[in-house]
Amino acid sequence: MSDPAPRSFQEVILRLQTYWAGRGCAILQPYDMEVGAGTFHPATTLRALGPRPWAVAYVQPSRRPTDGRYGDNPNRLQHYYQFQVLIKPSPPDLQELYLGSLAAIGIDPSVHDIRFVEDDWESPTLGAWGLGWEVWCDGMEVSQFTYFQQVGGHDCRPVSGELTYGLERLAMYVLGVDHVMDMPFNDPSAPQPLTYGDVFRQTEREYSRWNFDLADTDMLFQHFKDAEAECARILATDATDGAGRVIPMAHPAYDQCIKASHVFNLLDARGVISVTERQAYIGRVRGLAKQCADAFLTTEAGGA
Amino acid sequence: MPDLLIELLSEEIPARMQARAAEDLKRLVTQGLVDAGLTYAGARAFATPRRLALTVQGLTPASATKREERKGPREGAPDAAVEGFARSAGVARDALELRETPKGRVWFAVAETPGRPAAAIVAEVLEATVRGFTWPKSMRWGAGSLRWVRPLQSILCLLTDEAGAQVVDLEIDGIRASDRTQGHRFMAPGAFSVASFDDYAAKLKRAYVILDPEERADHIWVEAHNAAFAQGLEVVEDRGLLAEVAGLVEWPVVLMGAIAPEFLDLPPEVLQTSMREHQKFFSVRNPATGRIEKFVTVANRETADHGATILAGNSKVLTARLSDAKFFWENDLRTVSQVGLEGMAEGLANVTFHNKLGSQADRVARIAALAREIAPLVGADPALAEQAARICKADLRSEMVGEFPELQGLMGRYYAEAQGLPAEVAAACPEHYQPLGPSDTVPTAPVSVAVALADKIDTLTGFWAINEKPTGSKDPYALRRAALGVIRLVLMARSRIAFSDLRHVADGLIPEDHKTGELVPEHADPRHDSLLAFLHDRLKVHLREQGVRHDVIDACLAMPNADDLTLLVARAEALQGMLATEDGENLVQGFRRANNILRQAEERDGVEYSFGPDPRLAEGPEERALFAALDAADAAIRPAMEAEDFTAAMRAMAGLRAPIDAFFEAVQINAENEVLRRNRLNLLHRIRATCLAVADLTRLEG
Repeated sequence: MSDPAPRSFQEVILRLQTYWAGRGCAILQPYDMEVGAGTFHPATTLRALGPRPWAVAYVQPSRRPTDGRYGDNPNRLQHYYQFQVLIKPSPPDLQELYLGSLAAIGIDPSVHDIRFVEDDWESPTLGAWGLGWEVWCDGMEVSQFTYFQQVGGHDCRPVSGELTYGLERLAMYVLGVDHVMDMPFNDPSAPQPLTYGDVFRQTEREYSRWNFDLADTDMLFQHFKDAEAECARILATDATDGAGRVIPMAHPAYDQCIKASHVFNLLDARGVISVTERQAYIGRVRGLAKQCADAFLTTEAGGA
Repeated sequence: MPDLLIELLSEEIPARMQARAAEDLKRLVTQGLVDAGLTYAGARAFATPRRLALTVQGLTPASATKREERKGPREGAPDAAVEGFARSAGVARDALELRETPKGRVWFAVAETPGRPAAAIVAEVLEATVRGFTWPKSMRWGAGSLRWVRPLQSILCLLTDEAGAQVVDLEIDGIRASDRTQGHRFMAPGAFSVASFDDYAAKLKRAYVILDPEERADHIWVEAHNAAFAQGLEVVEDRGLLAEVAGLVEWPVVLMGAIAPEFLDLPPEVLQTSMREHQKFFSVRNPATGRIEKFVTVANRETADHGATILAGNSKVLTARLSDAKFFWENDLRTVSQVGLEGMAEGLANVTFHNKLGSQADRVARIAALAREIAPLVGADPALAEQAARICKADLRSEMVGEFPELQGLMGRYYAEAQGLPAEVAAACPEHYQPLGPSDTVPTAPVSVAVALADKIDTLTGFWAINEKPTGSKDPYALRRAALGVIRLVLMARSRIAFSDLRHVADGLIPEDHKTGELVPEHADPRHDSLLAFLHDRLKVHLREQGVRHDVIDACLAMPNADDLTLLVARAEALQGMLATEDGENLVQGFRRANNILRQAEERDGVEYSFGPDPRLAEGPEERALFAALDAADAAIRPAMEAEDFTAAMRAMAGLRAPIDAFFEAVQINAENEVLRRNRLNLLHRIRATCLAVADLTRLEG
């Protein structure tokens, strides 16, 4: 059986956090950089590497400039939230744990049709892939469920289990809302009830315009080059500092990789990257991700 | 005789992999059992989304004791040799026996391998099977190293006989085999024990799992059909989807829902594709109107509200999907009404076809020029063919095809019709892609044929020009399919096309800057063109499937104008027809005899006997008759060949059989008289020349 239905977007998030905290996950906070998906958070990308156990859950604001629709489309947003769970090694009852999280947000498996439908995940920019499913609830995709096999070109040993919930879509379903902007953000009976639109309609319009029409492409191309160069410079620097301490800098380097990836997405939204160039840019970001993964494995957290 | 039951329970197995995996499980296990010396009466394998199961009936309880005798050294051989023999045979020195043989007394070793119980063999075979199993894609999980398609959760392995059931002692990567399994994930959580296959299948059914995929598929089809029929509707048959859906559920529950009225005017293909690809819904059609009005979805469980919540959820998702489709459809129609498909096609300049062959727009321009050339050869209006070529790929820039690539061509036709373009032009949009494979329909409308040929010849010529030919099993640009398409289009239209001419036109249209393939000088011998040879290879495969012998095709390929496929096939069919007659078959024998004698004589004498035989030197009636017959045959063959009436030419040639046979019977070629001998060799040369004018009979296999 499941809990009573939540009443707001934030309640869905709070319940997921409470549920996964109760299953032993550390509840992290969003990473403070622009990323395309929760997977980019170093708590997933880098921590999926190496032998050390890990269990985290967090909300990650995600940006996909090409999906901007000026706040008009009922489902599409250039800025949205993902809820991400990563557990290493993947526990044998991960599917059951996952189903428990659906019950926690009011999805009663006795009246819904929940299915695990093949969907292999691959991130060409991260040099990562895994096998798993998209989870369907009554025909709607509510989560991605992946067993990571490789990240940054390295085999994952042990394997991490990753769950990604698209929060707006999931919450709209649970709350029975047809347009994302109409969704209650806080409790509808609060003294100041706010909808998702109250919070984000204006920003969606502003960012859609900037992403599509205004972002300075010359500057962005330069940012891409700068991030790439800085990443390489950090990684090429001797791991031993002036005081004789051994400090490889995998995370600062990886920040530059994230930056390059987001700049690439912005350039893509501006329509200035041709089909053939596209592959080349993705390859360059992957190159950075791979070097960062190599570097992480030389650090303490990477099991060295 | 025990029965064996195996079940490998895992997290959800992709639907597309289940059938193959069940078969592989059966094959690997039964093969392993047999290799280890067991026999069995029958075996069946099953798959559900969560399990592979195998039942093997009538297994022998143990393998037989194996007795192996080996012969060793003679009596009196050095001790070291005898001891070495005993060691190599794996028996003790004292166990060797001396036996009388015709060559004296010899040491023998008798080694006995005792039979092994079935359980021990099953344990070994199953472990090897699981560890060596080949999935299209497999994975590791947790901290383990075992690979399976998704995490393997439990193994059930049971031998059952009159005395009862026995769990086979077996452990793979920490998973110990048992007699326990689980039913439906949601409807019957919890594990239970089983005692035999029948017990297993029955208990699974009570636990809401239908084990047999065919039973699930039948159930779905019957239920869907009944639900539709009750409302005067019909389910659109889709076997691929049925198999897939049967692989997504253990307990299928069919639910039918309506498509909201605002979407009913979308093209039926759009509704069908959107529902099938995104939702795995079956389409339900109203036979009176031909419209898709409802859908069938298959849930994996029963619910207290009889599926109402599930259906409502699915309908909502469908509405969101179809809203997208309707949005694309309306946007595309608006674009077409404003700028036409021609305007839509302008965007093709931004789509790279291949970095050495330019954009899709470049390619369309080449196809248009080529279609214009081809049109008169296939009875099409050149202007219409060119117009069709210019817009036939425009829909690649439509929003609908952007979302559903499989609707390419089809959407083009709808948009061309909406724009009021001629019907032939609209039809060419989907048809110019055809035939897509050996079993796909070949278009017959002349405009479609012209554009379809242009499309394929451009593809072939283009990739040949940049030296991207198929090698071995690698054919990334589907050039074999394109070549077969050219062949089937030309043959279907019976059109007389000199492929080499078109290939020159096509080659001239390819941008020069990236050409790296062989050069194709305008007046080169087409027989040296590897693209034509490639086409001929595909033609051989195609004709062989139609029962034409490959050597018959070779005999015709060697003739002039072999780049005219229609002519080539007419010749091959006539030759095959002639070979089926007694005269034809014997003529080839006679030809071969004449040719062999002549070739040997020419080699020995170092001359070619092509001076023309003198009838005045003929001796005897048979030799004179052959002269007369050759005169008559030549007189018949020449006009027949000019008229391309190969059957008549072959008939005239076959008529030579009796005179040739009689000639060989009565006349000695290598006469004493050198003048007579040379004349007869020249006569043989005439036989050869006459026959070779019809087909290269030297290529026929005897």
